[in-house]
Amino acid sequence: MSQMRHTGEMNVKEIVKKATELNDFSHLLEHVPYAKFIGMEVVRFGDELVFQLPAKDENIGNPTLPAIHGGVIAGFMEMSAIVQLMVFMQTTKVPKIVDFSIDYLRAGYHRDSFAECKITRQGRRVANVNINCWQTNRKALIATARAHFLID
Amino acid sequence: MKINPEFFPLTDLARRFVDQLAQCRRLKLGVLEASEHHVLIELPYSTELIGYPDTGVIHGGVITTLMDTACGSAVVCSIFDKYKSLELSPTLDLRVDYMKPAEPHKSVFGFAECYKLSSSVAFTRAIAYQESIDDPIAHAVGSFMRISPDLVGEPFRRALMGENE
Repeated sequence: MSQMRHTGEMNVKEIVKKATELNDFSHLLEHVPYAKFIGMEVVRFGDELVFQLPAKDENIGNPTLPAIHGGVIAGFMEMSAIVQLMVFMQTTKVPKIVDFSIDYLRAGYHRDSFAECKITRQGRRVANVNINCWQTNRKALIATARAHFLID
Repeated sequence: MKINPEFFPLTDLARRFVDQLAQCRRLKLGVLEASEHHVLIELPYSTELIGYPDTGVIHGGVITTLMDTACGSAVVCSIFDKYKSLELSPTLDLRVDYMKPAEPHKSVFGFAECYKLSSSVAFTRAIAYQESIDDPIAHAVGSFMRISPDLVGEPFRRALMGENE
C-alpha cells in the first residue's frame, strides 16, 4: 500500500512538471477518468487557466429546458479548482476535497460552459478556492462556488 | 437487501424522475426507495468516475451529483405528496461536506429528505454512505426554488406519471 501511495505521489509530481514544461495542461486532465467522463478541457492564456466544459448530451439533467445537471456543473468546478491548485502550488498529491458550496445563479443551458478559479487563501494544510462559472458572458455567471481542499 | 416498494409508495415516481435525467442514466443511479419523507439512491462504482487515479477513489463531483439528484427527487416526492402536483425545482444552492473518501469498488448510497417545504423554497439535507449511514462519506444541505406546476411541461409530466408506458 505504501508502495502504491509512493508511486502515486511520484506520478502527480511528474505529471504537473511535464504539463508545466509542455505548457499543456490537458495532459494533466488526461490522468483523471472523471474529467474525461464529463468531457472537460483546459486552456491557458498567459498565466491564467480557463476551464471549459463543452456541451454534451449526457451531461443534461433537466431534459425540458434542456439544462446541464447541477451536479455536473459542480463536478466541473471542483475539478477546475483541483487543477488550479496542482498547477499553481506544484502539489505532490491530488488535493483532497473537504467541503464544496455552490450557488446556482442561472440555468446552465445545453451549451459550452467555462470556469475560472482564484486561490483565496493558501494555508499550510488547507487551501480556500473560489470558482466562477459562466456560459455566454463572463459577467453573467451561472454558478459560483467556494471550496476547501487539504494539501500537503 | 430487497425492498418492497409498497412500503414506499413514491418509489416509482422517484425512479421515473431520475431516469429522465441523462447524466443520471449515464451514472446508472438507481432509486431503491422513496416516500413523502425520503429518497434512497444507489450509485454503482465505475472506473470512469475516478478522481484520484493513484487510489481509485471516485471524484467529489460524482458525490455532489448524487446528493443534488437525491435532494431534488426528495423535493419532487414531497411536493407530490402534499399537493398532488409536480414541480420542477431548480437547485438554489448546495453545500457538501466530505468526511472521508468513498471506498473503491463499492456502491455509494445517497439518502435525502425534504425537511421543510415553504411557499417558495424547499429545504433538503442528505447523507452519502457505503456500509452504514452512521459512518458517512459526506453530508449535504441544499435549497431548491419552487416554480409553478404549469411550467413542468406535458411530456415531462406524462413521463413522471408513467403515462407513456
